[in-house]
Amino acid sequence: MNQLRRTFLKRTGAAGTVAVAIAAGLLKPGQVLAAEWNKAAFEATTTDNAMKNVGVAGATESKDVQIKAPDIAENGAVVPVEITCKIAGVTSIMIFVDKNQNPLLADFTLANGAEPYVSTRIKMASTSHVRAVVKAGGKAYFAAKEVKVTIGGCGG
Amino acid sequence: MAEGMKIRATLQGDVADVKSLMNHIMETGLRKDAKTGKLIPAHFINQVVATLNGKTVLEAQWGAAISKNPFLGFKIKGAKAGDKIVINTVDNNGEKISGETTVA
Repeated sequence: MNQLRRTFLKRTGAAGTVAVAIAAGLLKPGQVLAAEWNKAAFEATTTDNAMKNVGVAGATESKDVQIKAPDIAENGAVVPVEITCKIAGVTSIMIFVDKNQNPLLADFTLANGAEPYVSTRIKMASTSHVRAVVKAGGKAYFAAKEVKVTIGGCGG
Repeated sequence: MAEGMKIRATLQGDVADVKSLMNHIMETGLRKDAKTGKLIPAHFINQVVATLNGKTVLEAQWGAAISKNPFLGFKIKGAKAGDKIVINTVDNNGEKISGETTVA
């Protein structure tokens, strides 16, 4: 496992992304990639704070980031979300839900041929914007989509 | 837990489409027990690492708001039939679930 992380680090280091990550305050020197769960970011209670903690504050909106999610979700406990991105050199994809108690849901780091695509199912406390933030070439881009969550489950 | 994770990887051209389902309660720590009125402690998968033939392709950190029995789909370019995909996860209590499959 550790050996794996080491080779992973070496590879990304070659691409210069680690230097960028350090500059962005994402990785503290001496910390192995993703070895520690980013508690500060996941426990932030506003999207802005969470974005700051993962180093993507000031992301620019981009049409090349696409979120596929239902317009209306009857069950907020299971909302399918799919994120694809047309920007080259995507290194990570993050998902935020503005109105959740802790907006940051997931932070995916891609390497070794992983396509800029992730698909998962998320929980949403109420109607909110779902925000996808993508990091590519040291820059951050985002897209947002509103998902209405029906309370009571009667479809009304 | 009988089966911790299901993974399926299908090849579409030179891209492997990987879909996995993990068996996990994903408790947020925000819900109250109906009988005692006490908060149910958080219990959720917070780290996921996926590898293709031993090379890391995806590392994820998750919060508690990923749905119960999480679904994760991703795609790997340059994969071939027979390649081995392994997914390892750890939750906030240090419990591990892992699964593996070959690209078909």
